[in-house]
Amino acid sequence: MSARRIFARPARFAAIAPYVWMVLFFLVPFGFVLKISLSQTAIAQPPYEPVFDLTAGWAAIRAAFAALSIDNFRLLASDDIYVFAYLRSLTVAVTATALLLLIGYPIAYGMARLPKRWQAVAMVLVIVPFWTSFLIRIYAWINILQHDGLLNQILLALHLVSEPVVWLSTDTAMYIGIVYSYLPFMILPLYATLAKMEPALEEAASDLGAPPWQVFWLVTFPLSLPGVGAGVLLCFIPVVGEFVIPDLLAGSNSLMIGQTLWLEFFTNKDWPVASSAAIVLLVVLLLPLLLYERLQRRQLEER
Amino acid sequence: MRKFSRLSRFNIASLVLGLAFLYLPILILVIYSFNASRLVTVWGGWSLRWYREIFADRAMIEASWMSLRVAVASATIATLIGTLAAVALSRGERFRGRTLFSGMLYAPLVMPEVITGLSLLLLFVALNAERGFWTVTIAHTTLTMCFVAVVVQSRLGSLDRSLEEAAMDLGCAPVRAFLSVTLPLIAPAIVAGWMLAFTLSLDDLVIASFTTGPGSATLPIRIYSEVRLGVKPEINAICTLVIALIAVVIVIASLASKLSNSQGESAAPL
Repeated sequence: MSARRIFARPARFAAIAPYVWMVLFFLVPFGFVLKISLSQTAIAQPPYEPVFDLTAGWAAIRAAFAALSIDNFRLLASDDIYVFAYLRSLTVAVTATALLLLIGYPIAYGMARLPKRWQAVAMVLVIVPFWTSFLIRIYAWINILQHDGLLNQILLALHLVSEPVVWLSTDTAMYIGIVYSYLPFMILPLYATLAKMEPALEEAASDLGAPPWQVFWLVTFPLSLPGVGAGVLLCFIPVVGEFVIPDLLAGSNSLMIGQTLWLEFFTNKDWPVASSAAIVLLVVLLLPLLLYERLQRRQLEER
Repeated sequence: MRKFSRLSRFNIASLVLGLAFLYLPILILVIYSFNASRLVTVWGGWSLRWYREIFADRAMIEASWMSLRVAVASATIATLIGTLAAVALSRGERFRGRTLFSGMLYAPLVMPEVITGLSLLLLFVALNAERGFWTVTIAHTTLTMCFVAVVVQSRLGSLDRSLEEAAMDLGCAPVRAFLSVTLPLIAPAIVAGWMLAFTLSLDDLVIASFTTGPGSATLPIRIYSEVRLGVKPEINAICTLVIALIAVVIVIASLASKLSNSQGESAAPL
């Protein structure tokens, strides 16, 4: 038996602790979300009717199953607030991801063209803001975007506007916040594929007479598609459920699903409806997650 | 014809603008934290006034202390378990439930925090657990161990396996070979993983809001409730302190990753 095989056995035992932890604190909680999404709202603590009472025996469990209600899900489908919240979340996520791709691609492309030593420096510079607190970065933008903030002061000083522009509590501010926070997630996978690309391919296209935009569109971009896919999903999925950025930067007239869920949970204290909203959100996100998983596996096989 | 390996003017412009976009807002925040004026946007000269006010704010101090304790505890547990997970994934070859295992490890990396927080709160309520330090610590451990696992796993993946195999050929038991050969080699990645877990925990608002109880707010929860009421110069100061703390952590982590570079292998990406 090779040494590698001997090593595999104790390494499998290493899985026990993390496995148990993730089942207990990641998988099982979803069981509770599912369970509570199927129960009735109650004005008590906790604010829902228990669905199962295992001490009461088999008959009680059967009765409990009969009492399971999909009312919460029906409510989600019929209540405009939820339908709009899901639609708005998707719209915001699609728009933000497109912006991120447009802004992140040139930066990643520039990084990949740097001399090797400078590439490492640039990568650290892109990662560092990711280490800096999310909330602080959003707060930094409030400083800039508020009524008498820096942006308006500069615009006024340059006589570009005659009176302060309202930036805060607008969609523009929200998109600035999202692009700012998620940019490293877009740049890094793009840079990873662009840096691996052979410059000879672009040179060949150029030598054969392709103008620069054609070189980019017919050679560079198609070859970077795995990075584009990874970047798009890494940004799209968390943005759909985003809570902090729209709450602090966007107006309060149309909410995203993450905010609606939060309000339903903390303000309305309707845990069953919040749980079913979470389940629907999860299902909506499962599709891109599965796509991402498949993409990763394909990349691994290509290596 | 080295046209495409050279930087064009467009490349340089997008790099400079991109980095300016990433750093200027933080820089502005730090500068304004030393502003003497109460009006956040009017420059009234340099002053440490707001830093003095923070240290007089008991609620802020308590929240900071809570955040630090949670970050240290959850980062430590997450590093232990996350490293085990990384070892199982990169050296365990095939075992039953491996797909589920890696799925559970990668899902929290992209899952909206609102969902993770909600599900953990429902678990704690069902278990009748008192919410506070331990529930937040468990929640943060669950999230950050996934990041630790990714960082350590990428280091393990780039490691030359023949070193382990040589140790075992020379009669080392697998566990002994791991402890005396592999572990020292991946130590820098483990340090980097701990640092990442620490800063992620220090940063988290959403999951902490769901899993903490009354009277045990973390620093981001305090900052968030202040920010909602409007911009205050004290917040600029506390944010600057957090940035400074994280900067120290990054420097240590990058030293650790330099150390791992000098050992001949390519470092973990974070």
